[in-house]
Amino acid sequence: MINLAGRDILHGWGKFVFTGVGLGLLIGVTLSMAGIYRGMVDDAQVLLENGGADLWVVQRDTLGPYAEPSSVRDDVYRSLLGIRGVAAAGNVTYLTMQVKHERGDVRVMLVGFEPKQPGEPAYLVAGRPITKSHYEAIADVKTGLRLGERVQIRRHEYTVVGLTRRMVSSGGDPMIFVPLKDAQEVQFLRDNDALINERARTAANPAFNRPGVPGLLEAVQASQASSHNVNVVMLRLTQDADTTTVAGEIRRWKHLEAYTRAEMDEILVAKLIATSAKQIFMFLVILSVVSGAIVAFIIYTMTQNKVREIAVLKLIGARNRTIAAMILQQALGLGAIGFIVGKTAATLWAPIFPKYVLLLPGDAMRGAALVMAICALASVVAIRAALRVDPAEAIGG
Amino acid sequence: MKTPFGRKTLLIAAGILVAALLAWLIMSQGPLAPVKVTVAKVEQGPLVASTFGIGTIEARRSYALGPTFASRVARVHVDQGDVVKAGQLLAELDPVDLEDRVASGRLAAERAASTVRAAEAQLVEAQSRAKLAVAAAKRSTELRAQGFVSQEAADAKGHEANAAKAAADATNAQLVAARRDHERVLADAAGVGKLRAQARLVSPVDGVVSARLVEPGTTIVAGQAVVQIIDPTSLWIKARIDQGQAGGVRVGQPAVVVLRSDAKRTWPGQVQRVDWVSDAVTEERVVNVGFTARPETLSVGELVEVTIHTADLANVRSVPAAAVKRLERQDGVWQVIDGRVTFRPVKVGITTLDGRSQILDGLSTGDEVVVHSEQAMKPDAKIKVVPAIVRANP
Repeated sequence: MINLAGRDILHGWGKFVFTGVGLGLLIGVTLSMAGIYRGMVDDAQVLLENGGADLWVVQRDTLGPYAEPSSVRDDVYRSLLGIRGVAAAGNVTYLTMQVKHERGDVRVMLVGFEPKQPGEPAYLVAGRPITKSHYEAIADVKTGLRLGERVQIRRHEYTVVGLTRRMVSSGGDPMIFVPLKDAQEVQFLRDNDALINERARTAANPAFNRPGVPGLLEAVQASQASSHNVNVVMLRLTQDADTTTVAGEIRRWKHLEAYTRAEMDEILVAKLIATSAKQIFMFLVILSVVSGAIVAFIIYTMTQNKVREIAVLKLIGARNRTIAAMILQQALGLGAIGFIVGKTAATLWAPIFPKYVLLLPGDAMRGAALVMAICALASVVAIRAALRVDPAEAIGG
Repeated sequence: MKTPFGRKTLLIAAGILVAALLAWLIMSQGPLAPVKVTVAKVEQGPLVASTFGIGTIEARRSYALGPTFASRVARVHVDQGDVVKAGQLLAELDPVDLEDRVASGRLAAERAASTVRAAEAQLVEAQSRAKLAVAAAKRSTELRAQGFVSQEAADAKGHEANAAKAAADATNAQLVAARRDHERVLADAAGVGKLRAQARLVSPVDGVVSARLVEPGTTIVAGQAVVQIIDPTSLWIKARIDQGQAGGVRVGQPAVVVLRSDAKRTWPGQVQRVDWVSDAVTEERVVNVGFTARPETLSVGELVEVTIHTADLANVRSVPAAAVKRLERQDGVWQVIDGRVTFRPVKVGITTLDGRSQILDGLSTGDEVVVHSEQAMKPDAKIKVVPAIVRANP
């Protein structure tokens, strides 16, 4: 038996291929959408992975430091190190800010960390780790900064000594890592003008500027100009420690909130990006429906265009099954072309997206199955129309 | 119309091409692609260990001059930047009643001197009187022995003599008291005089005025500084070194200093003192670094960067610091063996400021390790060695 579908496609293959490519681009968009969602989740995972922490200790009754602001004293880590099962503790601060460099400015998340402690980026793509305790920075490639470049962050200039990849905040801003003390200064200290104004304000307050008490004003001003807070203390536990037990100890005795990896995951994925995820899911549904509708239209129009041919086929005694198979095969072919084009397009344009797009092979497989199912479903309308064609139309009309 | 190959052949060729493209995409872009890495060999050679800190310029010897009593500032003779000599008058305080008290003291001393003289005269009189009375009593006793006078009269003369001697003793004591009183008043006067001298603030050393803190008319309390003098030859740096990196710092080590006001130049220095007391809050150790060649101008309080050269290691194994990773709670490197990677735990020694880590144990010279990787490595991952993952500056 000859393959009717192949013959028909060969007859007008240009039109068929172009239709497939058009459909493919639509599928590409759908796959990218799914990729964006996967990327968001993956960003969150990387954010957690990067520090290499087992526990996040934050201010009590907050979901910090990613979902809510949190502030704890930077000497808390000492008492945390005293808890059985805690192997290492690292103070970390986070601050989203605008950073200027030679070619403009970029929105970044400034991370203050202590070298060799939890919170340090796990791997570099260029350069070296921070070795000086001040004024060195590790930047994400996405900031556009290059090795050796000087970047101005508030009062000081930092030298970029290392580059990372895929280190972004939950909002997608690339990260810049600087030593903790510098980050504390950036985050909690004011600029010079504010500092001088504040000094004048304090001096004008008779409670702080009392005659007969020399040194009081200076003491008050010094206390205003220093900060010893951080956003989170990241803990690494010993091999045999139980995460939940240690977290419980911290909650009970240190009056701080402690989150395990799973809880942090829950906060980031379920709470922080939940709305975005729903939005993307809505888009996915709409795109799937639209794709289905378009495939149905295309197949239906293609069938309508060859009503005469189908009538002839019927006249010469072709069976309904043969005709239905032809249409179904064409629809599936269209789906296959569409999926290949879509997958290729999505893979090629994914790196251009401002946010990370993660295309999972599993998603691609599910997408392929879905495309084929939609195409098969869409061909049903056309098949019904074809089967209703009157053989008499071959001669009449 | 017929093409030489036929449509079918063309279509099959196109299909193969598309399939090949798809396969290439999956292998090179997808999760099956090998991880791009850069590698380096373990090198043997010298390493220079140094440590870095920031600090401020301070005067090693700084003098805050102020009064020892509450007072009002009358005059300030110097201003910031003035060069002063030891003993130079810098400021005067309002003496208020001190002049009067000095005069009062002088008068009291004169009066006390007069009292002494009066007491001396009284003593002479009393001694004379006593002498006379003793002579009379002696004579009366002799007459009584011959029976010329009654016993009663002789006793009365004896009593008179005793009373006159006692009166002379008393007068003598009064004279001693008057002399002591005179000494006391003199001491009082001297004390007030010294207090008066304290109202003049003089420089204890040759130096430069670094601050003029109060102006004439200001009332200040005891101990509050009026002017501050520094010894300009004693300027040094109070550098704060992170406790974690301060271990190797010793007195005498060479240092390199960069001033914030002139960041392009470096100045040689030397560690002069390592504080015994660390800052417990900032977890930094204070190290004082002196200049071996001093910049022409220095401002006290200026921010400086200090790099202290702590050790020279002649011949050690090292890898780029970026190669040292942490996995499963231990330090290690990803060693490349036949295109695959395995995690090798290593013992890391010092890490230099330019980013080389000393390998104490775990690797031998010439071993190839992963320095940078495109993503976090997993054991036995396939890798593709590239010269650089991020393109260098265009």
